[in-house]
Amino acid sequence: MSEQEQSKGFKIETSSLRAYTMLGALILIWLFFHWQTGGTFLSSGNLSNLMLQTSVTGILAVGMLMLIVAGQIDLSVGSVLALAGGVAAIALTNWGYGLGVSILLAIAVGVAIGIIHGTLVAYGKIPAFIVTLGGLLAWRGAIKGVSHSETVSVADQTFKTFGQGLMTLGTGWGLGALAIAALLFFAFQRAKSQKDYGLGEADYKKELLKTILPIIAIVAFVVAMNSSGGVPVPVLIFLAVAIFGTFVTNSTTFGRYLYAIGGNSDAARLSGIDTKRNILKVYMLLGVLTGIAAIVFTARQGSATPDAGTLKELEAIAACVIGGASLMGGRGTVFGACLGALIMASLDNGMSLLNIRDFVQEIVKGAILVAAVGADMAGRKS
Amino acid sequence: MRSIVKEFPGVKALDGVTFDLYEGEFHSLVGENGAGKSTLMKTLSGVYPYGTYGGDIVIDGETRQFKTIRDSEKAGVAIIFQELSLVKELTVGENIFLGREPSKFGLINWSALYQKATRLLKDLRLPIDPRVPVGNLGIGQQQLVEIAKALSQNAKILVLDEPTAALTESEVETLFSILRDLKERGVGMIYISHKLDEVFQMSDRITVLRDGKTIGTEDAKNLTKDKVIARMVGREVGDIFPKTSHEFGETAMEVRNLTAYDLDNPDKKIVDDVSFKVRKGEVLGIAGLMGAGRSELLMSIFGAWQSRSSGEVLVEGRPVSIGSPSEAIKNGIGFVTEDRKRFGLLLEQPIVDNMSLAGLKKISGAFLTHRSRETVAAKGAMQSLKVKANSPMTVAGTLSGGNQQKVVLGKWLLTHPKVLFLDEPTRGIDVGAKQEIYSEINKLAKEGLAIVMVSSELPEVLGLSDRVIVLHEGKLTGEFTKTEATPEKVMAAATGNG
Repeated sequence: MSEQEQSKGFKIETSSLRAYTMLGALILIWLFFHWQTGGTFLSSGNLSNLMLQTSVTGILAVGMLMLIVAGQIDLSVGSVLALAGGVAAIALTNWGYGLGVSILLAIAVGVAIGIIHGTLVAYGKIPAFIVTLGGLLAWRGAIKGVSHSETVSVADQTFKTFGQGLMTLGTGWGLGALAIAALLFFAFQRAKSQKDYGLGEADYKKELLKTILPIIAIVAFVVAMNSSGGVPVPVLIFLAVAIFGTFVTNSTTFGRYLYAIGGNSDAARLSGIDTKRNILKVYMLLGVLTGIAAIVFTARQGSATPDAGTLKELEAIAACVIGGASLMGGRGTVFGACLGALIMASLDNGMSLLNIRDFVQEIVKGAILVAAVGADMAGRKS
Repeated sequence: MRSIVKEFPGVKALDGVTFDLYEGEFHSLVGENGAGKSTLMKTLSGVYPYGTYGGDIVIDGETRQFKTIRDSEKAGVAIIFQELSLVKELTVGENIFLGREPSKFGLINWSALYQKATRLLKDLRLPIDPRVPVGNLGIGQQQLVEIAKALSQNAKILVLDEPTAALTESEVETLFSILRDLKERGVGMIYISHKLDEVFQMSDRITVLRDGKTIGTEDAKNLTKDKVIARMVGREVGDIFPKTSHEFGETAMEVRNLTAYDLDNPDKKIVDDVSFKVRKGEVLGIAGLMGAGRSELLMSIFGAWQSRSSGEVLVEGRPVSIGSPSEAIKNGIGFVTEDRKRFGLLLEQPIVDNMSLAGLKKISGAFLTHRSRETVAAKGAMQSLKVKANSPMTVAGTLSGGNQQKVVLGKWLLTHPKVLFLDEPTRGIDVGAKQEIYSEINKLAKEGLAIVMVSSELPEVLGLSDRVIVLHEGKLTGEFTKTEATPEKVMAAATGNG
C-alpha cells in the first residue's frame, strides 16, 4: 500500500524530469561559457564547430545506447573506428577502389566485427566486457598491421565532404521545413489515434503545444548553422542517425525487445523473445553506426591514423550514462545519449576556448561524469 | 510497542498500532498485503530509526530508541525476512558469524568459529555441516541457518516474515519443531504468515492488522480461520474457492513420455517419463513437494528448459515441435511463470509494455510497435482482471504483489492461448487478490481454456482443480478426479506412499 501510493505517478514524472534536468544543465553550461568567453561560445561559428565536434561521438553514442539498454557494453568502438576508417582510406588511396566501395568496406568491417562480438557474447556466453576489451586491443593491433603504423591521407574531395562539407543555405532551410512538417504531422497522428482507438478525445491543442519548443529549436539551429556557411554534412549525418535511433528504440518491436532483455532477460526469454539473436543484431547495428562514424571521422581529418578514435568508446559510454542510461540495462533514451554527447562536447569546446590546460579538462570531465550519475541516483532514491 | 504511528509521504502506513509479546510466546501477526505488518516489524528492528515514527517501543520494561539494526540486535531482536540475507558463496559457519567473527590479533580464528558453529547447529539439532557453502544447501536448510544465525546473537525476540513460503511440508515440520524448542527456552516469536493453517497450528495469540490499524488480539483457541479471514478483509468470506462445474471439451494438449534432465547434473532425471492430457475447459492441478519436478515439467513443455529433455507434445491432437518459448506461444501455449519479479515482469517498465510483451507481434505488427493498439489491449485486460492502477503507464514495479500477478496473467491472456500454464499463481499475494485470481481461473476455464496449474498450497490445488496429478521425484505417482482427491491421498502420493 505505502509503496504503491508513494511512487504512483511520481516515477512517470521522473523520466521526463530527467530530460528537463539535462536540458537545464546544458543551458547552464552554455550560458556559463558564453559569459566566460565574452560572447564567443554562442556565436554561430562556434555553435557550428560544437555540433561538428559532437557528431562522431554522437553517432557512436546512439549505437552504444541501444547496446547499453539491452544490458550489454562495447569497449572496442574506438579501435573499430580506427580500423574501419583506415580500411576505407587505404582502399581509396592505395588500392584504387572507388568511393562507394570504400564506404561500404568501412561499414562491412564494422558489421563483421559486430557479428564476431555478438556471437561470442550471445552464443559463446563470454561476458561482453571481456569480449570487447579483447576487441579494444586486437582491432587496434589490426589497424596498425594493415596500415604499417603509418598515416594514410585521403585526397578524394567527395569523400572529404562527409566530414567537411556544408549544405547550401537553401537545402538547410528545406530540411528544416521538412522536419517541422514531420513534427506537426506526427502530432496530429498522435492526437487522432487517441480518438480512433477510444482512448479519449483528440486533444490537438495539447499535442500542438508540445511541438512549439522543438520547432523553435529547429529554426534556431538552421539560422545558426546557415550564418556560418550552412549545415555541416557530418552534423546532418549525426541528426539522421539520431532520428533513426529514436525510431528504432521507440517504434519497433526490436527496440522494445532491447528494453525487455536489458530490464529482465529471463522474463524476456520466457515471453518468447529470442534474446541471443537480438543481442547479435544490436552488436551488428552498432557495427554499422561505427562504420558510419569512421567515415565521418576520417573525412574530417582528411587522413586515417592508426591511433584514431582512441578513448572514443569511453566518450560514447559516458554520453549514454550522462543521458540517463543505466549500465544495468533496461533504461535510457537516444535523446538522452545525444544530449549527453552534446554536453561532453560543450565542455571540451568551452574549456578549450578558455585555454584551460589539457589535464584540467580531463579531470573536470571525469568529475562531471561521476557527479551526473551521482545526482541521478540521489534523485531516484527520494 | 505502543501506539506506533508511521507515516510516508501521503499515506499513514501505521495508525496507532499497539502490539505486545510475552516471553516464550508464539504470537502471529496476520493481515492482507499492505496492512502494515512489515512496516511494523521494520520499526521494531530499527530499519526505520527512532524519530521517524510516533509511539514507543518497550522491551523488558525499558523504552528503546533504536537508530540502526545493530541497536535492535543488541537488545535481542532478530528478524528473518522473506528474502534470505545469506551470502551464498560463504560457508554456513562464516554466514552465522558474519561481521562478528571470533578473531585473534585481527585475524579470524577459524577453529573457534567452526567450533562455535558446530555447537550451535548441534544445539538446534540441525544436521548441517558448518563448512559447506550456503549455496549448496536447499532453501529450507538455508532458512534454518538464518535462525541459527539469529540465535547466535542471543535473540530474545525472533521475528519470522513468511518463513515457510518456499519450504516443503517436511521442511516446515522441521522448522516448527525447532521453533517449539525455542519457545521452551523462552524466546518470544512474532510470526507473519499468509498460511492460516500454520498460524493456527503454532500460535498462542493472533493479532490482525488492517489498513495500519490493530483490529484485535486474541487467544488462538478462541478464534477460527473464518473469523480471522473476516477480520483481515473486513467482511465475512463465503467459500474462498468458488464452486463451479466446468464443461470439458476435447483434449487440448497431450504430453507423452516427457523426460528432462537436471541442469547441474545432466545424468539425473528431474522429470521422468511423465504423460498427461488436459481437456478444453478443464483445470488440471499438478501437486507435489518442492523439487518434485513440477516447474521443470512445465518449462520443458514450453521449450524453456535449459538442459536436455525429450518427449512428445500434441496440441489439439497435432504433434508439435517446441524448441523455444516463441514456438510454444505460436502453438497456443501461455505460461504464467512462478516468481513474477524474477521471471515475469519488467519492473521498471509501464504496465502496457509488460502486458504486450509476449503477444507484441500479434498486437502491434511484426516490425513496428503500435502504442494505441497496445494501450487498448492493456486497458481491456486491466479492466477484466481488475488491476488497480492509475493508468496503463503506471510502472509495474510500483504495484502491489496481487496487481503485479494480474499484469503477468494479462500478458499471457493477450497471446490468446489455448492452453495456459500457471506456476504458483497466488504466491505472496493477499487474500482479496487471491480470490480474484481464483474466479478469473474459473471464468477462463468456462470460456474453454485448458489450464494446467502448479501450486504448493494444497487447498488451492484441491479447491480449483477438476483433476489433480501428483509428481514425486520426477515421476507421476497419482491421478485423482475432483471427488477422489483428498489432502491425505494427494500427500501420500506426493511423498511416494501413494
